[in-house]
Amino acid sequence: MNEPLTLVDLVFYGVAALTVLSGAYAVFSGNIVRAVFSLMGTFFGVAVLYGLLAADFVAVIQVLVYVGGILVLMLFAVMLSGNIETAARSNRAGSIILGGLVGIVLLLFLITLAVQGPWIQTDPEAYRATTASIGKMLLGKALLPFELLSVVLLGVVIGAVVIARSRKSEEADS
Amino acid sequence: MGENTFPLWLIPFLPLVGAFINGAFGYRLQRRFGEPVISAIGVSLPWISFILAAIGFVKLQGLPEGQAVISQLWTWVEVGEFKVDMAFAMDPLSAMMALAVTFVGSLIHIYSIGYMHKDDGYWRFFCYMNLFMFAMLTLVLADNLLLMFVGWEGVGLCSYLLIGFWYKDLNNAKAGMKAFVVNRIGDFGFLIGFFILFWSLGGEWSEAGYRTTGAFSLHFGSLPAMIDSMATKTLWGVPAPTLVGIFFFIGAAGKSAQIPLYIWLPDAMAGPTPVSALIHAATMVTAGVYMVARMNFLYVLTPTAMTVVALVGAVTALFAATIGCFQYDIKKVLAYSTVSQLGFMFIGVGVGAYWAGTYHLLTHAFFKACLFLCAGSVILAMHHEQDMRKMGGLGKPMPLTRWTYWIACVAIAGFPVASGFFSKDEILWQAFNTDALLIPGWIPWLLGFVAAGLTSFYMWRSYFMTFTGKTPEVHGHEPEEQRPAVTGVLVILAIGAILASFLGLPHLWMHIPSAIQQFLSPVFGAAANLKTAGYGHGTEWLLMIASVGVATLGLGIAWWLYRGRTSTIPERVLKTFPRIHKVVYNKYYVDEAYQATAIRGFLGLSRLSAWFDFKIVDGMVNGAGTITRAFAWIDGAIDTYIVDGIVNLVAQTVKAIGARLRRTQTGRLPTYLAGLVIGVIVLIVLTRFLSDVYG
Amino acid sequence: MSHVGLEHFLVVGAILFTLGIVCVLTRRNAVAVLIGIELILNAAGLNLIAFSRYGGQSLEGSVFVLFIIVLAAAEAAVALALILAIQRRLKTVDVDRTDSLKG
Repeated sequence: MNEPLTLVDLVFYGVAALTVLSGAYAVFSGNIVRAVFSLMGTFFGVAVLYGLLAADFVAVIQVLVYVGGILVLMLFAVMLSGNIETAARSNRAGSIILGGLVGIVLLLFLITLAVQGPWIQTDPEAYRATTASIGKMLLGKALLPFELLSVVLLGVVIGAVVIARSRKSEEADS
Repeated sequence: MGENTFPLWLIPFLPLVGAFINGAFGYRLQRRFGEPVISAIGVSLPWISFILAAIGFVKLQGLPEGQAVISQLWTWVEVGEFKVDMAFAMDPLSAMMALAVTFVGSLIHIYSIGYMHKDDGYWRFFCYMNLFMFAMLTLVLADNLLLMFVGWEGVGLCSYLLIGFWYKDLNNAKAGMKAFVVNRIGDFGFLIGFFILFWSLGGEWSEAGYRTTGAFSLHFGSLPAMIDSMATKTLWGVPAPTLVGIFFFIGAAGKSAQIPLYIWLPDAMAGPTPVSALIHAATMVTAGVYMVARMNFLYVLTPTAMTVVALVGAVTALFAATIGCFQYDIKKVLAYSTVSQLGFMFIGVGVGAYWAGTYHLLTHAFFKACLFLCAGSVILAMHHEQDMRKMGGLGKPMPLTRWTYWIACVAIAGFPVASGFFSKDEILWQAFNTDALLIPGWIPWLLGFVAAGLTSFYMWRSYFMTFTGKTPEVHGHEPEEQRPAVTGVLVILAIGAILASFLGLPHLWMHIPSAIQQFLSPVFGAAANLKTAGYGHGTEWLLMIASVGVATLGLGIAWWLYRGRTSTIPERVLKTFPRIHKVVYNKYYVDEAYQATAIRGFLGLSRLSAWFDFKIVDGMVNGAGTITRAFAWIDGAIDTYIVDGIVNLVAQTVKAIGARLRRTQTGRLPTYLAGLVIGVIVLIVLTRFLSDVYG
Repeated sequence: MSHVGLEHFLVVGAILFTLGIVCVLTRRNAVAVLIGIELILNAAGLNLIAFSRYGGQSLEGSVFVLFIIVLAAAEAAVALALILAIQRRLKTVDVDRTDSLKG
């Protein structure tokens, strides 16, 4: 098993480190703005990992939607909710102990599970473009969920507007 | 550029650019630089489109017969073997339409400079008008049904926007809404037709995507070849072509204001007069006729659908003409006249005389646009008074308006010197001579013949009421002739109304098929095999003379009753038959009938279901509730004394435990989530453990 | 260290997942909770793609992840709306203080 590292391996280890570290920073940073920006590293890292896994289309969409959309939304949420400076990590001991405990147990458990397997595996094929086949699949086999998703998105658009809209009476209440 | 390619897409695209500039920056441009900048943009771009259309037309003339100028942009939809291109094509039919739309449209844009002068929404007006040009040109130049439908919906939208242009008046806004809703009904039919067509052309979904009997598109060039295969399919026992034809015609009836969906057009006159001229007379309302003519290869397969089209057209022509005879609002007269003339066009395309129907469409565009613009000129001079009873004697102060109106009246009434005669007469002759319908050809002919006489009467009536007699004073001064931007357009349109005759001089006179028939014949090849009754030249001459006779009769009666506004006979006649007059003046109470049936019915149905909900459903629920309560009472008695003793004991215990457990319900998300995660871990561990034990 | 295989991706996914869970459990800011959720979704997506790559070459994994991404975007939009509403009503985005469900 101790063969020399290939380029793919090097890229993987580098990107995995970037993903995990920036993820960790996003979780443990005391400053919410920095956390959100650090999350960008994770999203990019995951996109590269998708690329390594021959899912080119998903990788591009990951960058487009997560970095271009969700991250911006989060920044808006931070800014509009107005406590950029005070967004400190919870200091409550109970939560830290509970969280830490659950985290450690979960991590050990999952890694054991991942490494032990046993997984049924086949050797990966060569890389090939997937966009066309995904498009065919979305309009064929996966048509129903695809269409349902558009209904969901419509609901989300309306719902988000309804929830976020300021109501006069509520303003008066508070 | 290849042999038959030409950037046709520029023709609709340029007005779109104009609409965008005026829509996005118009408000500021108008405040900063004034109206000339707005109109310079809004008017010049349609003219460039006209020039481009003319170049395309010349190019088309150079091609061998049966070929079309095309402009392929990109593939729009591609699913399996189904493919629709974003492409424009110009064959003789769309060339004729595109030229008419750009020419008449551009003229009306010029006219609008004068008409909309000093209106707050000047920029908005030109934005909508340009947008309309874009949609209409997309409709006529589209290479396939799908793209045509885009234009179809686009013109509907613009129509709605422009009818309600002066939206601060509630009535105008309502008229816009009415047009929109009625058009939706038609479009719904159109869509159903679409689906049936799509279905009947064959094909099915499978794992690999949509599979068809071959390369499949809605491209007009390849549809005729495929349509034969659908002739054998039936749906609910009706052949597919018949169904598609009838549903398409429902769409056409909505857009082109035929019975029973014509009710929106008279109300649409609430919009500015150039809009009435452009959209509700010359171009948009003819879209239905254009569509039926475009789909001629489908209609020739199905005598049933042809009969429906011809008969509805004929009845509409007569029906609207009778209403037109009794209206006093000059724009309402023209509106009903438009409905009636559209009926004539549908007779034409219904009996398989596609070229005659489209020729009438062309001539109608000229003379009806001219009439509307004259009416607009009169209305401006009368300071927005539209009631003809208050007009009269306008001929003297407004000679140009008067004589152009006169020419247009000659054209529409059907005298053999101006274009209306040639197109209308050809339609009537073809209707009489056809044998392709389920009914004898003389039925649509007779209806159309009577309608033609009435047309002559009400048009001359409006002419005499407006331009002869004593000149009224408006706001203390005499009405004046309009600016050259207005009258110049009138003159050009009137000349056009006469010159258009030369396109369609009858076969009977020239002994060769008329220019327009020859020009359009490649598009309407399918109609060549339709059966005719085979009447000879003698009959044709006889019918022609009868047409002129009935037109002269109409003129004579109008002359006798209304010339100089001195005769009292009309009043007396109306007084003798007040009932009939009232019914016709109120448009046969059709709007009221819709109110009483469709709208009231719909509301009634809503109320009925609400009542059902309240009384029956709620009653059932309440009844169930009552019964349950009765049982519960008995049950309760047992409970209280026997069961409760035991239960209370349990309850006390539970309560004691609950009081402690209640603290776990913190209401905070993290706590719940931690519980969830721990639970999942435990489950997975258990599963593994158990599978180790038993597996 | 050996050549990169399925397990490597699974481990990265596991770490991201745990980070996400810890984030949701410990952080008080609602936006931070959202960050945690996104980490969890990314971890799940990574696993799906990895399994589809090493277990049969099918595209279902990709399509599945696409749907997840779309739903994540939808969820982020709704979450932003909720955060704004909570902020307006309670003047805070601290999830520990939004405990009206407390028993």
